Amino acid sequence: MSNRTLAVACALAVALLAGGARAKTLVYCSEGSPENFNPMLNTTGTTFDANRPVYDRLIEFKPGTTELEPGLAESWEVSEDGKTIIFHLRHGVKWQANRSFTPTRDFNADDVLFSFDRQWKDANPYHKVSGGGYDYFNDMSFPKLLAAIDKSDDYTVKFTLNEPQTPFLADMAMDFSTIQSKEYADALLKAGKPELIDQEPIGTGPFEFVNYQKDATIRYRAFKDYWGPKPKIDVLVFAITKDPSVRLAKLRANECQIMPYPNPADLASIRSDPSLQLMQQPGLNIGYMSMNTQKKPFDDKRVRIAINMAIDKQAILDAVYQGAGQPAKNLIPPTMWAYNNDIKDFPHDPEQAKKLLAEAGLANGFDTDLWAMPVQRPYNPDARRIAELMQADLAKVGIRAKIVSYEWGEYRKRLQAGDHQMAQIGWTGDNGDPDNFFVPLAGCAAARPGGGNSAKWCNQDFDALVNKAATITNQDQRTALYKQAQVIMHQEAPFFLIAHSIVYMPMRKEVTGYVMSPLGGHLFNTVDLQ
Amino acid sequence: MLRFLLRRVSLIIPTFIGVTFLSFLLIHLVPGDPVLARTGERGIAPERLALLRHEMGLDQPLWRQFVRYEGQVASGDLGRSVVTEEPVWREFITLFPATVELSVCAIALAILVGLPLGVLAASRRGTVYDYTLMGASVTGASMPIFWWGLMMILVFSVALGWTPVSGRISDEFFVQPVTGFMLVDSLFSDDAGAFRSAVSHLILPAIVLGTVPLATVARMTRSAMLEVLNEDYIRTARAKGLSRGRVVFIHALRNALIPVVTVIGLQTGALLGGAILTETIFSWPGVGHWLIEAIQRRDYPVVQGGVLLVAVLVMLVNLGVDLLYGVLNPRIRR
Amino acid sequence: MATLDTVAAIAPAPAAPMPGSAKLFWRAFAVNRGAVLGLAIMLVIIATAALADLIAPHSPIEQFRDHFLTPPVWQHGGSMDFPLGTDDVGRDILSRLLYGARLSLLIGLVVVTLSLAAGTVLGLSAAFAGGTIDIAIMRLMDIVLVFPSLLLAIVVVAVLGPSLFNAMLAVAVVTLPNYTRLVRAAALSELAREYVTAARCAGAGPLRLMFDTVLPNCTAPLIVQASLGFSGAILDAAALGFLGLGAQPPTPEWGTMLAGALQFYQRAWWVLAFPGLSILVTVLAFNLFGDGLRDALDPKLKR
Repeated sequence: MSNRTLAVACALAVALLAGGARAKTLVYCSEGSPENFNPMLNTTGTTFDANRPVYDRLIEFKPGTTELEPGLAESWEVSEDGKTIIFHLRHGVKWQANRSFTPTRDFNADDVLFSFDRQWKDANPYHKVSGGGYDYFNDMSFPKLLAAIDKSDDYTVKFTLNEPQTPFLADMAMDFSTIQSKEYADALLKAGKPELIDQEPIGTGPFEFVNYQKDATIRYRAFKDYWGPKPKIDVLVFAITKDPSVRLAKLRANECQIMPYPNPADLASIRSDPSLQLMQQPGLNIGYMSMNTQKKPFDDKRVRIAINMAIDKQAILDAVYQGAGQPAKNLIPPTMWAYNNDIKDFPHDPEQAKKLLAEAGLANGFDTDLWAMPVQRPYNPDARRIAELMQADLAKVGIRAKIVSYEWGEYRKRLQAGDHQMAQIGWTGDNGDPDNFFVPLAGCAAARPGGGNSAKWCNQDFDALVNKAATITNQDQRTALYKQAQVIMHQEAPFFLIAHSIVYMPMRKEVTGYVMSPLGGHLFNTVDLQ
Repeated sequence: MLRFLLRRVSLIIPTFIGVTFLSFLLIHLVPGDPVLARTGERGIAPERLALLRHEMGLDQPLWRQFVRYEGQVASGDLGRSVVTEEPVWREFITLFPATVELSVCAIALAILVGLPLGVLAASRRGTVYDYTLMGASVTGASMPIFWWGLMMILVFSVALGWTPVSGRISDEFFVQPVTGFMLVDSLFSDDAGAFRSAVSHLILPAIVLGTVPLATVARMTRSAMLEVLNEDYIRTARAKGLSRGRVVFIHALRNALIPVVTVIGLQTGALLGGAILTETIFSWPGVGHWLIEAIQRRDYPVVQGGVLLVAVLVMLVNLGVDLLYGVLNPRIRR
Repeated sequence: MATLDTVAAIAPAPAAPMPGSAKLFWRAFAVNRGAVLGLAIMLVIIATAALADLIAPHSPIEQFRDHFLTPPVWQHGGSMDFPLGTDDVGRDILSRLLYGARLSLLIGLVVVTLSLAAGTVLGLSAAFAGGTIDIAIMRLMDIVLVFPSLLLAIVVVAVLGPSLFNAMLAVAVVTLPNYTRLVRAAALSELAREYVTAARCAGAGPLRLMFDTVLPNCTAPLIVQASLGFSGAILDAAALGFLGLGAQPPTPEWGTMLAGALQFYQRAWWVLAFPGLSILVTVLAFNLFGDGLRDALDPKLKR
């Protein structure tokens, strides 16, 4: 492109974007900067959010649910033995263009092969590009799971697995299964700038990437050749605003129209603001405090129950969650089908707690540590504050807790190694299956040093139940098994279960059509401004 | 003069090596590493952790990593961010103009307001003006600016709604970064509102960051002026019948400027420290903000490279001040 | 010992205050009304810190579970029990501020002591040893000075782990060069004086020369630097606390209180306003006092 055409194109872009009245612009006050523009390389929701406008996957989650619907694949067939999956690709899907690349062909099987080979095969020229850390692909055990990916024709792709796996289709809807353009990749490779594929993204999604001003704004515009329903807004802007109070102030000033993760403290004033509306949804998560059952005195069930009774859960919900959470009595959130609502949570009863401690021979209490994460998590808005509240409650029954914290990476490492006595942690679900909570958080296999079972709790009966449930396909049978497992967990009390957070989205009254995702992502395909 | 220059420059080289060493050492002493900082609650398989650490060269002995890093720096390569995979240099260059814009405006404010106030206080020595101004300036110098910034937002943005809350420009404007300085870029953009928006975004952060330098400049100007006003040549000038204003502004101020210039130059380091806090409070996309985040993410190349660049900058400014001082005051040029 | 008498005769007035000189000093100091005001505020803060147990209405860490974010008494919904309101877990802000005064004084004291002691040793060593040692020490100080001090303090705390003591250590490290440079410069100028030469001739050893002869004559600038360093230390430690790197909750350190207040500041201004105001007033008092001290001790700058 000559300089002149470039200048004209830029001027055109500027006119289009800054032209004011004509372009319908939605500004989203996002919570952080994306690491780059390729979800394969990352694991953070912030980066996924910034990529979703641009890219598509073979399968999509139906908006607002964890159900699957066709994406770039129009349909798919799973073989009898569950080891072969054939995807029939959509015809006529256009790729986006940018100043250095104009596509010459539609989306086809080559793009699918490229996108998975890139993550899977050392030999792919893009495997090492941009650091090549395909964390999710590896975490979901894809290298072990995949046997082959073959192109039958331009619009048919066959995945062969080493073993049947039911969640495989849901994995295809996850962000790491994003489809990139092979033609763009080849062009960039030829130009000697392969890393641009992850910085100036080309996708098939509803919005085209326009530009990213580091730590400030990301701009997109509606992609006019999008294969699906056209977005109702013309321009989408992510205004990166890390502080939640500042995000709210910008929302109030109409500097942005929608924002994620408000401070719980501000919810009441958002509700009472006539120019704002507040959407909410129970989060697919749990925040809890683990007691290390392999250490004294937490090996004694009575001590664990005493602690459950000593801590005032409602005070934590009032002071820290401030309405943005519901008290937890089971490890899984109540929105899950296996939830056992018959469990009765321990009452807040310091007297009874003292009695239990006395029975356990600890009438004079004891000293312990109490770990608090140094960071805010979706399931826990302020672990330090919670630790302070717990500390005060525990002191009343004679337990002297010392609050401890480490850098976040170090924290998880030490926690998984079992260095702690009492420690807060939590979990966010990936796909809505109870197995995704019970096995990694409370199963015997995860109780090894370095495993995710931070209570280091291994109960053979519980373990047998959840493992059996994972092999069955009948949902009623599974529910029965999981309910039984929850009864055992309640009796043994390896955790102090704090809360399931509620996810809130404040937005201007003018915003319509926004749908909250139960998986926590933020999508703007359906949004309109009145 | 040349020898003076050479000597000063030759002093910079060992300092520079020391700075690379210190920044390298410190960040590697911080517990945790970039691989761990990236994993979530899910954790990471030990084999994969080992592999990633190996790929980043983190499994090598520290001294070997340092030698490799020094070699890279010597050849002008600061490495790439382990988070974004972008060259550290490019990230710095994209964000640096924002910090410079903020700092320059803060310093400009400090000089434009602080200098006249200092002169006024000195020329009205012992009056109520003097006391008020000096009281205000010692208050300014004592200000915890992180708190000051929040209070300003609370009053001017939230309660009164006069100024925007954060950022460099309203998001409705799309300004192509040409120079990276928003004031300049927006001035040359087609949209007339863009420049106004950029200015209104800059006001609060510049005032907050400028508060301490302003107080310092006012105080320095006052004491330097008082010293100069007592010199014989000023008395002579007065005795000659020159007007008071002429004496104060033409004769005295020019000589009083020397220590003031020095102080402004030496404030650069403190200013960058203040910029870290100011940028954090106002979501200003600059270098200070970037470094804090890199420390949290254990992004070794960014912390090492960024700290190095900032340190070099401070060294250069100090050198510039020294040279300027050498020019202004030939006595120290030995 | 005739030689020693000569030394005494040449030496300037010893630094230890004599009966008359204290009065003289006070007269010089009291000229500066700001300094007297600073001293008065300082005394009030010290008294507050000492008597916090007696005057604070509540324990600084007791949580009143029925009083989350109670506004100050003069505002609607306020209560006499909590004159300046409560924070988000129901702790009395006034009591926290009163106890916090202790921490701020402690921070100033520890930081100044650490950096003064280390700076004196390093500065004197550099001045006396000269040559390579001098160059090495001063180069090291240059390197530390090139880093923006807050940035360096942040990294140091990240290395050591966030805690009040580590924050104090970090601040002491970054302020060390000021003291070292000051001591070295003062010592060098004293070393050139005749009384030092005389003491040397009298056979004083280097250690004695350092600490007995030269150091007492450098005290004036050091006292000034220390009193100003006191306020700087409080400010820097509060900034670290604000960034979550200083004292850990529930410690009622003012900067840490601000960090905790951050998410409530639009709804409950009092959790933000009072701790910041306390920092400002304390730092201001020490700065005023330090200025007065400098004017009184350093006749060159007086007038």
